[in-house]
Amino acid sequence: MDAIFLQILNGLDKGGAYALIALGLTLAFGTLGVVNFAHGALFMLGAFCTVGFNKILTLEKVALDPTKMTAWGTPLEVRTPYVETWFGDFGAFLVDYSVPVSLIVVIPLMLLVGIAMERGLIRHFYKRPHADQILVTFGLAIVLQELIKHYFGANPIPQSVPEIVSGSANIGSWFGLGDSLVYPWWRLVYFGFSAVVIFSVFAFLKFTTFGMVVRAGMFDREQVSMLGINIEKRFTIVFGLAAVVAGVAGAMYTPILPPDYHIGMEFLVLSFVVVVVGGMGSLGGAVTAGFLLGILQSFSSMNEIKSILPGIDQIIIYLVAVVVLLAMPRGLMGRKGVMED
Amino acid sequence: MENIVLHVNDVHKSFAGLHALSDIDLSIREDETHAIIGPNGAGKSTLLNVCIGRLKPDSGSVVFDGVTLTGKKPHEINQLGVARVFQTPEVFPDLTAIDNVMVPALAKRDGAFKMSLFKRLSREKDLRVEAERVLEDLGMADQMQQVASEMSRGNKRRLELAMSLIQKPRLLLLDEPTAGMARHDTNATIDLLQKIKAGGITTVIIEHDMHVVFSLADRISVLAGGRIIAQGTPDEIKDNPKVKEAYLGEEQV
Amino acid sequence: MNQGSLFKDLMLFLVFAGVVLAAPVLLAPLGANYPDLLQKFAIFGIFAIGFNILFGLTGYLSFGHAAFLGVGSYASVWVFKLLSMNVIPAVIFSVIVSGLFAFLIGFVSLRRSGIYFSILTLAFAQMSYNLAYSVLTPITNGETGLQIRQLAPSDRAADYVLNLRDEDLRILDQAFGVVEHGIPITNLFGIKMSGYPGFYFCAVLLILAFGLSILIARSNFGMMLKAIKSNQNRLSYTGINTRPYLIAAFVISGMFAGLSGSLLAVTDPLAGAERMQWTASGEVVLMTILGGAGTLVGPVLGATLIKFFENIFSAINDNVLQGVYSFLPDGLREAAVAVSGLFVGSGWHLTLGLLFMIIVIFLPGGLMQGFELITGRFKRKAKAETPSQQSKQPAE
Repeated sequence: MDAIFLQILNGLDKGGAYALIALGLTLAFGTLGVVNFAHGALFMLGAFCTVGFNKILTLEKVALDPTKMTAWGTPLEVRTPYVETWFGDFGAFLVDYSVPVSLIVVIPLMLLVGIAMERGLIRHFYKRPHADQILVTFGLAIVLQELIKHYFGANPIPQSVPEIVSGSANIGSWFGLGDSLVYPWWRLVYFGFSAVVIFSVFAFLKFTTFGMVVRAGMFDREQVSMLGINIEKRFTIVFGLAAVVAGVAGAMYTPILPPDYHIGMEFLVLSFVVVVVGGMGSLGGAVTAGFLLGILQSFSSMNEIKSILPGIDQIIIYLVAVVVLLAMPRGLMGRKGVMED
Repeated sequence: MENIVLHVNDVHKSFAGLHALSDIDLSIREDETHAIIGPNGAGKSTLLNVCIGRLKPDSGSVVFDGVTLTGKKPHEINQLGVARVFQTPEVFPDLTAIDNVMVPALAKRDGAFKMSLFKRLSREKDLRVEAERVLEDLGMADQMQQVASEMSRGNKRRLELAMSLIQKPRLLLLDEPTAGMARHDTNATIDLLQKIKAGGITTVIIEHDMHVVFSLADRISVLAGGRIIAQGTPDEIKDNPKVKEAYLGEEQV
Repeated sequence: MNQGSLFKDLMLFLVFAGVVLAAPVLLAPLGANYPDLLQKFAIFGIFAIGFNILFGLTGYLSFGHAAFLGVGSYASVWVFKLLSMNVIPAVIFSVIVSGLFAFLIGFVSLRRSGIYFSILTLAFAQMSYNLAYSVLTPITNGETGLQIRQLAPSDRAADYVLNLRDEDLRILDQAFGVVEHGIPITNLFGIKMSGYPGFYFCAVLLILAFGLSILIARSNFGMMLKAIKSNQNRLSYTGINTRPYLIAAFVISGMFAGLSGSLLAVTDPLAGAERMQWTASGEVVLMTILGGAGTLVGPVLGATLIKFFENIFSAINDNVLQGVYSFLPDGLREAAVAVSGLFVGSGWHLTLGLLFMIIVIFLPGGLMQGFELITGRFKRKAKAETPSQQSKQPAE
């Protein structure tokens, strides 16, 4: 029982990341009709915005303390981040909370990146075949990840979580399941965070007029254009929004999985599978499938299951995708007429 | 009793509770040109789609030459001898006219699949001669090497007819062959279809334009509200009060 | 693509064969005439030709072709380990195995078309890659990769299964009494498959593959594939069952990929999972579209160019750049070195990605289309003098 509960929890944070990426993919696909192979790179960019932010915050001032000596008889070097020397306790707070605080930087940056990408590249590919869209965004994904590799190196860069949530939560005791069930706080935070983002996106689309136009546009683009509404402009913003969602998903994920330059492609392939399973063009499907597949993946990595089916955790998602696509060509919640021959 | 090629038996089809087709009984005789007319939304396209197996009727059956078409795949239906011309011309835009016609010719001769990896297409002399003849008959002798995407709509239509005719179908289904055409081109198309008719192919035409229908059809079925309300020769249909009420009245023929 | 006459095709084939066989001489001025690189040109040329049979003719964009390349490599190394260092059984076995593997994947993936097909193939390739790294370690030797080893001592041959990672068997070679000293080299009936002989082996197969691709493109079968690309829906109303045609094209192109994977193992007998990664699948897509998808020569041209520039760019490091920019003043030089350094050495992939984008944006028809545009301009000038050109039908 404990083990099952734990696996569900395990699946939730990974599923949250899948769901957030898949959500953006679906938004971009539903509104612009563009298959974006660079969407995973946006997740990676978000993660590296956080890494960069942290690097800047922790730039250190090196001072020599003549009163203390090292074992070699030289004055002791004292390293303090500039922010701490300038802002004191507040600076220390910033360094501690660098991951969540970095969102202040990540959100506007990713919005800019998304809008620039749509204006500069994607826009010229609306009327080109899907194959061309795939290829050009694939090229862009390579460019972005190689740039990151050049500036940040090829090795994963771990990020630490704020002190206060660095431990594990004794979840078992909350539900009366005994003390054996503990779970890292940050992963709970990530799940909560992804849920909040997902709900905000849905609320935005549901309750604002902007969102209503976008949803109508996803449903029938020509009809909405005929109403004299400038749908293109709104779609640009939606693309920016999708980039932000992917970016914050990547930023907040850094403490869970130290990011390296090809984390984006790994998540992209899985998120595509999520989108396909959920049903191309269905936002609800993307989110549901994201969590479902995340949980499924964590279950299949249980030792009990791996001992029966070795390696199943490596391929379960792909297997499910194949089965779903063959049995339900439109995916779990796919709409009729989306991407059909 | 003449030979019946296509038999539509008591077909019903509804979409979300709306009756698109009810009690449809239709027999297409060999060598006749049968027109199906009716106002917009009468169910003409639904009927055609049921005939070619694209839609499955809720009840009833479509039998072609003793074989039930319902549930068959498009290529299977074609291989039985049913060719179809689409409302908006559907050709192979990247291929030349002659290749456009060679493809169905191969399909007719070799069946739905043949692994002829090493047979050079350019050495299919017999088929090529035949394809050229069909194109010439349709007045496309000058366009044989033209790529289909560069053709006018009228020529695409002719090309598509050529693609069907080379298969010598036992039944030819034409979906609004003059849709969106100006009067001049409509007349040219009528001439063309009359030529085909003279060649003796059983044809079903779905058409909106009365002029086309009355110049071509041997028999006419009038569809209104998903039912066949009248059936008969063009003269009978012209004088049928029910038809006038449902359809002709508004068109002033 | 026009239906070239038999004579023209024959000339094309002969010229191609001549150029390939003379490549060591022709490429000497470029400094690209050493066997290792020439082998790569030929091997990836075959890979791209095969990919083009699927993508160029049917328009189905597979993002998982590297999986077949990898399978071909593994299959060959296993034949080297178990049967013989002679390359013939290895090549044949690899082509068969990758063909079967392609049939399995194609059978499922081709249930869908468009981007679904691309995603499915990508997922399958990624799945194969994961499997090769983890569960299938007994077959693939995981991260280390599969290599040939010394022969197992004859007294231990009975329990070879346990030692295969460290010791080989080579039943056929043993039966024919081949004597080995240390780790043997792949051979073709005694001719060692390294250096120029290795290149010529690959070159002959490349020429055969090219000839086969001409035959396919001009065949009835090839016409059906082109019709699929042009309008698949219409084709099925024309009486053609498109699915077996697609599966056949997919399997053929998978076999070409398996052949090139096998040749990689022939020229350097080891196989690793990284050959199956999505980057490798992406590379063959780039080769094909760079040269020109759907053209005959384009894919080979693209493969050669990419491998050539990969070779040059990867070899350049900061010291070389310092030399190149030595004429500049200090500050400028550093800046120039820093910017150029992005694109060379390990930054070659960045160049590749940019190239990818540039080609898709500006020249989706590839270099061959570019040539046609240029030569077409001259031809049109000449043609404008004669009134024989077809006038377009007036629109109705």
